[in-house]
Amino acid sequence: MATYTLDARRLLCPMPVIRAQNRIKTLAKGDVLEVICTDPGAKNDLPTWCRINGHAVIEIEAKDDEIIIKIAVGEE
Amino acid sequence: MNRQPKAVALISGGLDSMLAVKVLQEQGVHVEGINFYTGFCVEGHTHAIRKSDQKKEKRNNALWVAEQLGIKLHIIDVIEEYKEVLTNPQYGYGANLNPCLDCKSFMVKKAREWMDENEFDFIFTGEVIGQRPMSQRKETMPIVAKQCGSDDRLLRPLCAKLLPETLPEREGWVDREKLLDFNGRSRKPQIALAAQFGFDEYAQPAGGCCFLTDQAYSAKLGDLWQQRGSKNYDLDDIMLLKVGRHIRPRDNFKVIVGREEGENNFMRGYRKQFTHMHATSHNGPLALIDGNVSREDLKLAAQIVARFTQGRDADSVQIEVNEKGNEIPFTLDVTPLRNDDIPKKWYI
Repeated sequence: MATYTLDARRLLCPMPVIRAQNRIKTLAKGDVLEVICTDPGAKNDLPTWCRINGHAVIEIEAKDDEIIIKIAVGEE
Repeated sequence: MNRQPKAVALISGGLDSMLAVKVLQEQGVHVEGINFYTGFCVEGHTHAIRKSDQKKEKRNNALWVAEQLGIKLHIIDVIEEYKEVLTNPQYGYGANLNPCLDCKSFMVKKAREWMDENEFDFIFTGEVIGQRPMSQRKETMPIVAKQCGSDDRLLRPLCAKLLPETLPEREGWVDREKLLDFNGRSRKPQIALAAQFGFDEYAQPAGGCCFLTDQAYSAKLGDLWQQRGSKNYDLDDIMLLKVGRHIRPRDNFKVIVGREEGENNFMRGYRKQFTHMHATSHNGPLALIDGNVSREDLKLAAQIVARFTQGRDADSVQIEVNEKGNEIPFTLDVTPLRNDDIPKKWYI
């Protein structure tokens, strides 16, 4: 299990979701992906994408203008 | 087939694809969704940019629909590949710069590739005959099926009874009798079916889900191509066409003026790529200058920008100009152009 970071700053939805989806395909179950976003839409879209695709959002942290969404990778 | 049939649905986020999925789920088909991001999708963008929209709930309708239906959704970035579809459409454009027929063929073709890679059995869409003037006509539907090489594995559950039988029907993976015969622009059958399925909330975007069907947007894209002398674009170009007033006073440049705080904030992200200006003597918007400009051009641009500041009626407005590639700004004192001095034809 390892933690990875994905820089999705300045990307507008659905690009942060697409980037997270493509990155998660390369990760193993239990790995954690931290997605750093600036589009507030990601706060809704990434958790929804995780729910329907079997991954879990562990934490959503808002820092200045950035939103950091931590995702625990589930079964493919 | 000894296993549950597997189908991939083209999901736009609208009601029709939602109904099509439910119709096949009721028949025991395993469904997953696919959604293509071309860069021109209306989804989310303008809501994310415009301050006035920020109180509204931001959601991606395709994702929301997938969750309601309990299906997986795969979102595919096709920005690069889509350029060929948009700039060189075999079947031309619709009322605006919408290449609907080529676009649909492209998306079904991409879905077909996904289907093969993931060992699914067929593709389906929420299309209804006669619903859209270009891509959803009885005469054009076979074109889409043939162009994308999917002919027999492309099912349209909402109007299948009006179309020739497809492989999933012949093989008994789905029961043709339980498919539908929707036809025409009326939304009544869809709304009735939604009620039957218990869908009490769904998105019905009036102009579809693509900026290319929008007249104002298409005019800006056409202007961009004309001025460049080619149909090239990148993602930043097409994002910037979604924000601000676009004013072209001379052939060699245009001024993009933010309309409100959210747009100004979004445009701030482009300051390094563009010469830009804003008023320092009065409150006003940020403006980006697109094109190669002389000092004389910059003065005219500053007069236009001054028109959109709180100093629009003042004798003089101070505008700070930051030229691209030059870290030291300079200031222009200009008389704002009056409304009558900005010809309507300058507005793209």
